[in-house]
Amino acid sequence: MDFSIFGYQFMQNAILSGVLGGIACATIGVFVVLMHMPFIGVCMSHAAFAGALLGLWLGFNPLIGAFGVSLAAAAVIGPLADRGELNPETSVGVIFSLMLGLAFLFMGLMPGTKSGALELLWGSILTNTRSDIMLLGITAVVVVGIVIIFYKEIQATIFHRDMALSVGIPATLFLYGILFLTGSTITVTLRSIGGLLIFSLILNPAAAAYQLTYNMSRMFLLAAVFGVLSSLTGLLFSYLFNVPSGATIVVTSSVIFMLAAIFSPKRKIKGWHQKPVEEQIS
Amino acid sequence: MNTPVIQIDNAVVSYREDVALRGVSLEVQAGEFIGIIGPNGAGKTTILTIVNGLGKLIHGTVRVLGHSLTPGNGHSLRKRVGYVAQVQNIDPRMPMNVREVVMIGRYGILGLFRRPGKHDWRVVDEMLELVGMTRLALRPIGHLSGGEQQRVAIARCLAQEPDIFLLDEPTASLDWRAKTDILDLVKLIHDTRHLTTMFVTHDLSALPVSCDRVVLMKDGLIWSSGLPQKQLTDDNLSHLYDIPIGAVRKRRTEEILTLH
Repeated sequence: MDFSIFGYQFMQNAILSGVLGGIACATIGVFVVLMHMPFIGVCMSHAAFAGALLGLWLGFNPLIGAFGVSLAAAAVIGPLADRGELNPETSVGVIFSLMLGLAFLFMGLMPGTKSGALELLWGSILTNTRSDIMLLGITAVVVVGIVIIFYKEIQATIFHRDMALSVGIPATLFLYGILFLTGSTITVTLRSIGGLLIFSLILNPAAAAYQLTYNMSRMFLLAAVFGVLSSLTGLLFSYLFNVPSGATIVVTSSVIFMLAAIFSPKRKIKGWHQKPVEEQIS
Repeated sequence: MNTPVIQIDNAVVSYREDVALRGVSLEVQAGEFIGIIGPNGAGKTTILTIVNGLGKLIHGTVRVLGHSLTPGNGHSLRKRVGYVAQVQNIDPRMPMNVREVVMIGRYGILGLFRRPGKHDWRVVDEMLELVGMTRLALRPIGHLSGGEQQRVAIARCLAQEPDIFLLDEPTASLDWRAKTDILDLVKLIHDTRHLTTMFVTHDLSALPVSCDRVVLMKDGLIWSSGLPQKQLTDDNLSHLYDIPIGAVRKRRTEEILTLH
């Protein structure tokens, strides 16, 4: 097998993008999984997609469009998730379908070839440039940095927002921060993985990690490892079988999730045994 | 016992169309144990939320620990007010153990950018010991029973080292044994730590016997308050819950018969 391809700049760029995007997306995924808001994440990724298409149609930077529309979606969804008074799933469903509708509307309105739009839909990690990588790198550092710096506040907000509020943590601020981070990460990784596929790279690695551990920091770590593993293995398969890389990344992350679900110790909750406390507290 | 720790003056709170509190005034002295009882929807929980600054007043004033509650100082004041809610639905696979959840109580007072140190973990372990949960300290939080979860919630609240202890239906949905255990624990905590305590319940049998004062609430108003023996009469309960006095007597006798 010829692996000289990995010597090429475009492949190295793709690998770096996969690593950085995998880390950023999987970290965001931990919030999405533990705060039970997968649908909100799907909605935001479609909002980013619609925004990017709006940019392509009207001729401004798709990244700005994606950022703007996903933040606007977060601004609508945030209060719904925050108050929890009406069933948020219904309203998120309405916004989700609106975003998908808008995306296809902008695509239809776009003159000329639609290759740019299709690239956003499927992703094109192989055409990533150094500046894309810079942006992915900044995102990954910011996301991981925020998790490390505000770990205890984030942990409390994820565990129970009202409780976090009642001990004096500005949990509402953190909720909005988390939504904002989700929107930004999706925006930045959109072009590499694609609007339709990005969400699996967010959800699957974190969902797999969720199956395997009762420790939150370990879950963040495992999710990042699975995210990177999905990206790299996906890229490899994409090269070997000459198929779109976004799709292979998603399939790999789903396989990792399935394996984690099958071997999950949490499936046997009754069989959970613990050592005496003295042996465990160090 | 002469400094009011909580002063609520003519508080009005409304959620959308419903008025939850219609002008409530209440003073609570340092170390006092107040039981608040009344039917569902009487505004009992709301009175606790205005004490910890999570409820929004549309009229009136609330002073807690000498500070007027404003939207700006809610977070700092809440660090000194412990709050235990009803049994929560916790994801059985939540990746946190009991000890970590109790530590959340200290996060507020620790403040941003500071990690829990040895002292904080020592406080957490002491509180777990106090509520009798040391042996389950490393159990995933979602694996506990309702009663155990409430003990953890109380430990978390105490780990906060609060000046005020608020309990909102802490025994709702617990079985009889767990309920009496939690009530004993609350009494023990009040007796040993002299925390100013407000205990809300809709269930007469969950009203701690050690209350210094009972407040009866109905339709967003304080309907009556005073010594437990004087307040919890058949007559008052009949008015409070809108059931004929005969039925109140019958129910109370049945309760006593089943308990003894």
